Amino acid sequence: MSGEGAAVLQMQGVTKVFNGQVMALQAMNLTVNEGDFISLLGPSGCGKSTALRLMAGLMPPTQGRILWPGGQRPGDLGVVFQEPTLMPWATVEKNVWLPLRLRGESFASVKDRVHEALALVGLDGFAAAYPRELSGGMKMRVSIARAMVTRPRLILMDEPFAALDEITRQKLNDDLLAMKAQIGCTVIFVTHSVFESVFLSDRIVVMAARPGRVVQEIAVPAATRDLAFRTSAEYAALTRDVSGALGHAMEAA
Amino acid sequence: MVLETATPVDSDELARAQIARRDRIMRWLIPALAVVASIGAWALYVWAYDIPHYQLPSPARVANQLLVDWQMLGVALWVTLKITAMALGVAVLGGVGLAILFNQSSTAERIFLPYAVILQVTPLIALAPLIFLYVEAPLARVLICAWIVAFFPILSNTTLGLKSTDHNLTDLFQIYRASRWQRLIHLQLPWALPYFLGGLRIAGGLSLVGAIVAEYVVGISGTSSGLAFRILEASYRLNVPRMFAAMILVAVVGVLIYAATSALSWALLHKWHESAIRRER
Repeated sequence: MSGEGAAVLQMQGVTKVFNGQVMALQAMNLTVNEGDFISLLGPSGCGKSTALRLMAGLMPPTQGRILWPGGQRPGDLGVVFQEPTLMPWATVEKNVWLPLRLRGESFASVKDRVHEALALVGLDGFAAAYPRELSGGMKMRVSIARAMVTRPRLILMDEPFAALDEITRQKLNDDLLAMKAQIGCTVIFVTHSVFESVFLSDRIVVMAARPGRVVQEIAVPAATRDLAFRTSAEYAALTRDVSGALGHAMEAA
Repeated sequence: MVLETATPVDSDELARAQIARRDRIMRWLIPALAVVASIGAWALYVWAYDIPHYQLPSPARVANQLLVDWQMLGVALWVTLKITAMALGVAVLGGVGLAILFNQSSTAERIFLPYAVILQVTPLIALAPLIFLYVEAPLARVLICAWIVAFFPILSNTTLGLKSTDHNLTDLFQIYRASRWQRLIHLQLPWALPYFLGGLRIAGGLSLVGAIVAEYVVGISGTSSGLAFRILEASYRLNVPRMFAAMILVAVVGVLIYAATSALSWALLHKWHESAIRRER
């Protein structure tokens, strides 16, 4: 399930300093392999979002390198932010069309793919709705459909479910894993929830703040991710381990 | 979206439906009554104190004058309406064009923004004589005047809208390697639309002000004269009822333009923008 594929992305000693004085991320090393689900877990200020923005190419690292297999960051990187970040003037299907539209694809030529992506997130019936007509969870599903419509090899998610209620969040966690299995992508997932990270990830990268840095990588060797796993002793033990690691990281800071 | 209310199920809902119906009627009835009352007060005042019509004509006299002079005033109304609409059109082109230019090139903004501000803060009355000195064509004179007062709200509002796009959406466009042009067309312009429409409402009123002021100063006579010239002309002849009649028509032009920009705003925004959505309570 994890770590078996070729490297999708490598971070080598990546450091980010803001304004020449604030050390947001210190010497981060990370290898992401094809098919991985990796969580970056840590308190606010630990640089997890900074790491994600660096991977997305939204800013250059101050030091170190980010290596992609083809040499260049892929243009079809899927990204999901904490807010749904939809265009309010466009219907659901037009929002999902965006990444393809920016590549010059007409709506008619990709309509099937757009609707496929909507079906993937369970929103088949809402193609013509406007974002304001949807609930928070549904908006987030649109955002995920948009990230998946290009069938990217890598999807970056920045605390996508943090603003949702627990029940919606658990449902989306289940569905996210199902979607990932279906399109076979790699996911890097930023979260501050221990439970979410254990449930979703193959590997958890525990980070600490001031300066933001990686303190530990914890593998989550679970074969299935379902209700049985969520209620198992194994899950409880894993969350305890991860909480402990996070606690140590906080003390050390 | 107004849904047909289903049969009320209980007295509470019935009461609420009644309140809603009354509210809908009152929304029209109260302002209509206010207009009728103020016209009535005006008529009563003229009648009770026996005010001579060259000081303050009665509403009936003004209405009569409007009918008598309709041929002349109707043409003037059409001229003023046309000039105002043209000025607004030019203000939209200039305002949006400059906003896009400033947004795309900070050098252009640094060069031209001071002049835009100077044009905005210098009273039109002070500029108008100079414009008439240098510009020959009467229509061009009036249009330039109206444009100077009307373009700025569109420029400043649209500029604000183009700048205030959601940061995450901007990031998303960068991640997908959108070109500047794509970002402008698919993100910034739609984002700026509600801001632009807000500016358009202000500019609509101002373009009428510009058209009227310009005509006051330049005074086009003959068949191409608008309402402002008719007011001036009537004042020289001490035809106060006609001044009132023409003034009412100027107000009508203003209301028409406001209604048109409001309708446009609603048509473009009602499906998605908060400002145009009526919430269920």
